[in-house]
Amino acid sequence: MKTVYVDNAATTAMCPEAIDAMTECMNGAYGNPSSLHHAGQEAASIIVKAREDIAKCLGAEPNEIYFTSGGTEADNWAIRNSARLGAAKNKNHIITTAFEHHAVLHTLKKLEKEGFEVTYLDVSEDGYVTAEQVEKAIKDETCLVTIMYANNEIGTIQPIKEIGAVCKAKGVLFHTDAVQAVGHVAIDVKEQNIDMLSLSAHKFHGPKGTGAFYCRKGISLVGLMQGGAQERNRRPGTENTPAIAGMAAAMKKACAEIDKNAEYVSALRDKIIDSIVEAVPRTRVNGGRSPRLPGNVSFCFEGIEGESLLLYLDLKGICGSSGSACTSGSLDPSHVLLALGLPHEIAHGSLRISLCEYNTEEEADYIIEELPKVVKRLRDMSPVWERIMKEENE
Amino acid sequence: MAYSAKVMDHFENPRNLGKMDDADGVGEVGNAKCGDIMKIYLKIEDGIISDVKFNTFGCASAIATSSMATELIKGQPVEKALELSNKAVVEALDGLPPAKIHCSVLAEEAVKAAVADYYTKNGIELDPEIFGSCNGSCDHCDHCGE
Repeated sequence: MKTVYVDNAATTAMCPEAIDAMTECMNGAYGNPSSLHHAGQEAASIIVKAREDIAKCLGAEPNEIYFTSGGTEADNWAIRNSARLGAAKNKNHIITTAFEHHAVLHTLKKLEKEGFEVTYLDVSEDGYVTAEQVEKAIKDETCLVTIMYANNEIGTIQPIKEIGAVCKAKGVLFHTDAVQAVGHVAIDVKEQNIDMLSLSAHKFHGPKGTGAFYCRKGISLVGLMQGGAQERNRRPGTENTPAIAGMAAAMKKACAEIDKNAEYVSALRDKIIDSIVEAVPRTRVNGGRSPRLPGNVSFCFEGIEGESLLLYLDLKGICGSSGSACTSGSLDPSHVLLALGLPHEIAHGSLRISLCEYNTEEEADYIIEELPKVVKRLRDMSPVWERIMKEENE
Repeated sequence: MAYSAKVMDHFENPRNLGKMDDADGVGEVGNAKCGDIMKIYLKIEDGIISDVKFNTFGCASAIATSSMATELIKGQPVEKALELSNKAVVEALDGLPPAKIHCSVLAEEAVKAAVADYYTKNGIELDPEIFGSCNGSCDHCDHCGE
């Protein structure tokens, strides 16, 4: 059976450039970047180059980039550090949205227990927040605004530049979790007024377990852990040189091909959305159509449940996701879909298909052919669907 | 969280799937808000469950537990079906992930609800010791945090 991998928002396959960079590094540059001998310095120069490449892709300076274990660490770091700076000035208020990733939401929940006040901005039913909402929510005590660049489940892209401008004018730090956006939409941290940004390599064909934190020059930054002097004394521990090299290679490629990929992938996305909405009655597209991540398709099918949909698709070789992989194992429907105001019974029937430039037209056609059959199979056995049809016919 | 091969088999090839127009007892339990509803139809002849069908809205384990429960009661005397426990369903499926045990409880309750419907239609009094539990209400159960 052929595998149709359309769960690229969960993770991506690595690109050959990243694999090459990593194997080269593992074979040759095995020295410790902190060592003064030439073997160490060879590894150190790989890290210098990777930092330059990544900074360039974001419109940042190399010394504004810190390597981390991934997006979660970067999110924790950005929020914790901002809270520390705020607390020192008796500012204990943070603004975010109701549909952030758990790396942000759970860090904020922890801060609430420590005495911080958090405002969760409402999300519109098509999945956006506005700069006006942020402006209204900012008060004298606000020390941080943290709003995701693009939502991981429904793909909606937030007005980051405008939100950043509001924060800048009010003198409040602005962090964005850009894990889903980096490598897929063009980002310029200076032009978009971003103070801090989190990214994760495995979302753009880089290796897992590595990411980066952009923190604007001038923001006092203290590390989360104590140890050696790596990352300019802020992130101790011997650098993961191969992963950093792989991340930089993947990012360079993704950013160089960003327009071409976005055009190709969004055409596949629109074809799938339009075809399924036409073929399957009572289908809801979650999140506005634009601005939206090029690869994100998110549906709710009335009368069926997402996990069985996901597993029947898997039996046909299609790897999708029901909401976010991070929430599977929980019985509640996704907090993102509930934040849009969807009732529980509809939010249970969600499916996310996340595409990348490796997906083909044939794969899109296969999904368009198989998905309606699977939905029909589940609806045919669903007492909820039976009721919906009965009500429709009355 | 991985499902056993038996769960996947019953999910992929559900036994006794369908509806019944002339059922002698129908039971529906669960709540769409919690993400699972099971409906069981019974055909009863001479006190024996001669046929059974089910329809389910829910996850793979909800479908598999419904399927297994119908298989376990088909051909059995009605009284025997009332003895079906959720544990027996779980064991017959070679286990369920801890978060999915409630599906087996729902399957047990769906069978009881269908028998209760049959008894009620036939003027047989319901023994509160057996039928005291759910019958479609989610009040007793906190799996969806309600």
